[in-house]
Amino acid sequence: MTFHQINLTVNGEAEQVVVASNVTLMRMLRENLALTGVKNGCSAGECGACTVLMNGEPVNSCMVLAVECEGAEIITVEGLAKDHQLDPLQSALINEGGVQCGFCTPGVLMSARALLNRNPQPGEDQIREALVGNLCRCTGYTRIVEGIQAAAAISAAGGRP
Amino acid sequence: MNEPHNKVSISPVGENKPRIDAREKVTGAAIFADDLQFGSALLHARIKRSPHPHALIKKVDVSKARALPGVKAVVTGEDFPGYIGLYLQDRYIFCRDRVRYIGDPVAGVAAISEEIAHQAVELIEVEYEVLPPVLDPEFGASAQAPLLHPDLAKYVVANFIFPEGGTNISNHFKIRKGNVEEAWGQCAAVIERKYHVPHIQHVPIEPHVATARVDETGEITLWGSSQSPFAQRNLIAQSMGISQSKMRVIAPFVGGGFGCKAGVSMEALAVAIASQVKGRPVKLLLTREEEFYTAFVRQGLTAYFKIGCDEKGRLLAMENKFYWDGGAYTEYGVNITRASGYSSSGPYEVPNIKTDSYCVYTNHPVGGPMRGFGMPEMHAGLEQCIDELAHAIGMDAVEFRRRNCLKTGSVLVTGSQMHPTGLPQCIEKAAEAIGWGWKAAPSAPNKRRGKGLALMWKAPAMPPNAGSSAWVELAEDGSVSVGVGGQDIGQGVFTVAAQMAAAALGVPYESVRVATPVDTRYSPYEWQTVASRLTWSMGNAIVNAARDARQQILKTVSEAWEESPNDLDIVNGVVISFKTEREIPLKNLVIYGLPKPDGQGWRGGPVVGRGSFMPTYVTGLDAETGQGERAVVHYTTGAQAVELEIDLETGRIEILKGVSAFDVGKAINPELVKAQMEGGFVQGMSSALFESLQLRNGAVQNPSFVDYRIATAVDAPKDLQAYIIEVPQDDGPWGARGIGEHSMVPTIPAIANAIYDAVGVRLDGPPFTAEKVYLAMVDAGIIQ
Repeated sequence: MTFHQINLTVNGEAEQVVVASNVTLMRMLRENLALTGVKNGCSAGECGACTVLMNGEPVNSCMVLAVECEGAEIITVEGLAKDHQLDPLQSALINEGGVQCGFCTPGVLMSARALLNRNPQPGEDQIREALVGNLCRCTGYTRIVEGIQAAAAISAAGGRP
Repeated sequence: MNEPHNKVSISPVGENKPRIDAREKVTGAAIFADDLQFGSALLHARIKRSPHPHALIKKVDVSKARALPGVKAVVTGEDFPGYIGLYLQDRYIFCRDRVRYIGDPVAGVAAISEEIAHQAVELIEVEYEVLPPVLDPEFGASAQAPLLHPDLAKYVVANFIFPEGGTNISNHFKIRKGNVEEAWGQCAAVIERKYHVPHIQHVPIEPHVATARVDETGEITLWGSSQSPFAQRNLIAQSMGISQSKMRVIAPFVGGGFGCKAGVSMEALAVAIASQVKGRPVKLLLTREEEFYTAFVRQGLTAYFKIGCDEKGRLLAMENKFYWDGGAYTEYGVNITRASGYSSSGPYEVPNIKTDSYCVYTNHPVGGPMRGFGMPEMHAGLEQCIDELAHAIGMDAVEFRRRNCLKTGSVLVTGSQMHPTGLPQCIEKAAEAIGWGWKAAPSAPNKRRGKGLALMWKAPAMPPNAGSSAWVELAEDGSVSVGVGGQDIGQGVFTVAAQMAAAALGVPYESVRVATPVDTRYSPYEWQTVASRLTWSMGNAIVNAARDARQQILKTVSEAWEESPNDLDIVNGVVISFKTEREIPLKNLVIYGLPKPDGQGWRGGPVVGRGSFMPTYVTGLDAETGQGERAVVHYTTGAQAVELEIDLETGRIEILKGVSAFDVGKAINPELVKAQMEGGFVQGMSSALFESLQLRNGAVQNPSFVDYRIATAVDAPKDLQAYIIEVPQDDGPWGARGIGEHSMVPTIPAIANAIYDAVGVRLDGPPFTAEKVYLAMVDAGIIQ
């Protein structure tokens, strides 16, 4: 086992972490940086609970090795709110009732943020497609989709993107 | 109805208050059991599991594992002789003499890293004598089957469960009402069918996790993702032979439960391993693969129905046989057998009924509670038979249900009377919303459309005396803490708890918090978060606690003001007098009391309200007839309807619309109620279309999300509708009864009935995969 020093940016802050070569980005975020909002649902890239943004793209952080993240910019659910001001997606998910047990919620939010970043006004089919990699067992998805639609509408009306 | 009457009505009950836990959950701040930090003391556990469905353990050699550097403990069944189980104590924590399913725990390891623990497990050598397995419940119930639990007759068992020693039948529940043999002769139509409902898994997105620490004095602390901290305290303490007060369970947020985190499943393993390495916390986190076959699964069911009606469509007789595939241990599953027995008429009045419901040991994964507790499986076949019977006498299926469904005062299968129910209104609402009797054109020439509807009923299945308790405490500023022992597993019960406490006490919702995480050392007792019982049972305890606090406050103020407490009320956090119009806010007085005049001392003091609730009126059922005065506390009833489209070229089903209508008595938070209906519909739909644990010789072939598919955002219907019917429950808080599980009960048959409506085929059981639907259409000659 070899160890590596990684320099990267997480939620806007420069970080320097020493990790073993087999450690995933998910484990590094949870165990080295205490970002436990990144959830471990399957460790196999199938449930989406560990989704984070890596250089703007949504990735299953359980399928990325930490050593691949040298110089990367990572955003986790903890980085969505700015100065205690919730991202419109977070507010909308609360208002529309898109949260139940909350375990898929961080991953759903990150996939949705990536979607709105590349397409600020997605249609319902596009939203559902964007969520295919995020399994939710509680909500039936309806209120999550409505939340993302509401957030898109808020952003279009001049809210924070 | 347990409804506190405040004289001025400012009540958050019935309002759509936002979830009390939503902000934590959207910011990633919510702490789940795997998020707790234990520092470098933490050890990681892995389990050595049986590779055989049925075998005797001849020898376990752990010496190589023990010698591996970094390994701190290795345990086997030798170390833990106590049985464990909820209704029937039929399992050991680790196997001692025999393994009964692939995955049965044989030994456990704690090491300084997951990797070392994994290596150590590989070094454990186990010699087995392989035995023939039981892989089918009907065979298992027969005299030819090998015995899986030779000691069944000696197991400790609840007095309403009836094991048959010397067989694999761990519970046999009977209904004998009227005379079915005579009734068949009077029937104008009789339908006889056999259905099979496969095993499925709950699939919470959060896997099971438990961390245990045993200190030098033998006191145990367990942190887990748990629906049942108090049941775990009780059962694990009993099995380990310690006092319940030396066993502490702390249960943070649960990332989905659906039943699989009720009772004890894997938590005792972590405790047992931790007991051999005192002072060190030991964490056991199931892999997703383990989650699929070593945690509870939903039992399989082979069901036989024979149902008859007269020429006017009146149900006359029903004869049911249920063979539940209980798996290797049925400590919890025996009560599913019972529940399906005392509910075996479905939500109908049937004068003659005979039911035999068998819980059968097999060498399959351990069956346990899952959302619906046997009702989705039983209704899957029953509600298709009802459709077929209606068609057989030429009656519309909804009209048939209108005539036969339970109404207030109907005689139930167990002989008692139905309490006030809104089931007829549920039928009308579901039929109207789906556009019953009207068929739209399909979206393409190669597609066919259909509509289906199904009813349900379900009672909380629990011991007759399952209890709840709560406390209500106030701080200097008048804000309120509510202590509960029930768990928020996503259904929103903490929000509902705060709403009820605020309403019953007379304070704003925003000033109430729920004292979490649930911790058996400080939280009040709650039996379990199961059976859709919390809003009703824990709700009653909260109302009683709030009422107690309120009386303490009003006593202090009325004495100070020299007024009758009957002239006082608490409104919006202020004590007011209707007589003198005096006012005093709660702040300070709820801690420090009020001064007597002229420095003569003080009155009152810190306010702590306490409340408990336990149903005291549930009676037993006769072991031979299943008849009794009041078998259960209440039944929640409802209806679902679907519209779907089938592709004739592929057999693929698209659910276009799903409608739910349930009588919840009173919706404390209507949007949370609707969210339960929507989520339950999609979970039910997922079980109808996709889900099945593929068992071959006892081995689950598809233990991953790639091979075991659950509904995604593109599978769920875009049009999901939920309707609330409110016919109050006599002993519910504000008239409320449960809704969490019911919403996935009628979904399978509603979809099956819609498939028949679309293409005229019926399948012998879910999942209704494209392949099965396509082949059934070929068999029926609908397509070439």
